Amino acid sequence: MKKKKKKKKEAADKEKTEEEAAEPSEFGDLPPKRKKKKKTDMLEFEKQLKEGDEVENRQDDDIFVGEGEQDVKETKVEEAWLNSDRDYTYQELLGRVFQILRQNNPELAGEKKRYTIVPPSVHREGNKKTIFANVADICKRMHRQPEHVIQFLFTELGTSGSIDGSQRLVIKGRFQQKQIENVLRRYIVEYVTCKTCKSPDTILTKENRIFFQQCESCGSTRSVSAIKSGFKAQTEKRRRQAAQ
Amino acid sequence: MSEIQNLQTYDPFADTGEEEAGQPQGYIHIRIQQRNGRKTLTTVQGLPSEYDQKKLLKAFKKEFACNGTLVQDEELGQIIQLQGDQRLKVQNFLGDNGIDKNIIKIHGF
Ligand SMILES: [Zn+2]
Repeated sequence: MKKKKKKKKEAADKEKTEEEAAEPSEFGDLPPKRKKKKKTDMLEFEKQLKEGDEVENRQDDDIFVGEGEQDVKETKVEEAWLNSDRDYTYQELLGRVFQILRQNNPELAGEKKRYTIVPPSVHREGNKKTIFANVADICKRMHRQPEHVIQFLFTELGTSGSIDGSQRLVIKGRFQQKQIENVLRRYIVEYVTCKTCKSPDTILTKENRIFFQQCESCGSTRSVSAIKSGFKAQTEKRRRQAAQ
Repeated sequence: MSEIQNLQTYDPFADTGEEEAGQPQGYIHIRIQQRNGRKTLTTVQGLPSEYDQKKLLKAFKKEFACNGTLVQDEELGQIIQLQGDQRLKVQNFLGDNGIDKNIIKIHGF
């Protein structure tokens, strides 16, 4: 994340210096080659910007919230009608009621503690591996055994991997943070949140080789499907191994 | 994802362990796998047997402009393998041709 930001800034700086450099030569002769290069740089820069946005503009109900990102929204409920002579709308008034209620009696406003998880910290190692560094942390937050979560990750991604010495998950293949997030989100829907009351406060137990999910909030129990890998295509490497 | 449990066609009291025995359970699974480098592979498992798999593969290849093969798996039956990430295209294609989208499960990232 930080690295990306830095990159972006660098690109912006580069853009700037290039612009400055280009300006005086507008009167003189600017080689066309250079202009072309600038254009591609601009495209690259825009692409980077977009990529950055994707990570930064999280939705309000996203469970993956970085530390410090949380609850920024609540403080800015604006009472827009104050600065004009129009009437307030119903929605605005409703917002005001809830804001005051939240300030004074949060429990009356139906304020539940939002279930959030730090985003997975994902980066590439070399050309063919991906490191998911905070897997243990995220499993703890979900109250799930890492083995179960990792099994799900591997089957969904159609790959394999291992845990390294510092408890990080090494995944074969290239995966982006967003992609890992998507798989984790599906895991949470299928194995963590209670289908009855939507609470994420559940435990997973195994009885007679069937997994049961029990809700700590409402007490309901349901069986959850086993993680099945299904069909796995033979990639060339494995075929060679099998031949040996 | 959060369908109403009561409306599902399977017996909720059946032993769910049954599923593990490799029975397709009527679901069509569309998966993705990475090959060497940045190349990907899409597999389609559990297509209804009343469809001619060869014809389906041919239609997929033509429609998505990709290569593909038919693989016979001992337990899971016939699998269609396509080059590249064709998951959404396969889902839409099957949906447009009268297959209930609820029995199609897309896996992967
Ligand atoms: Zn519950």
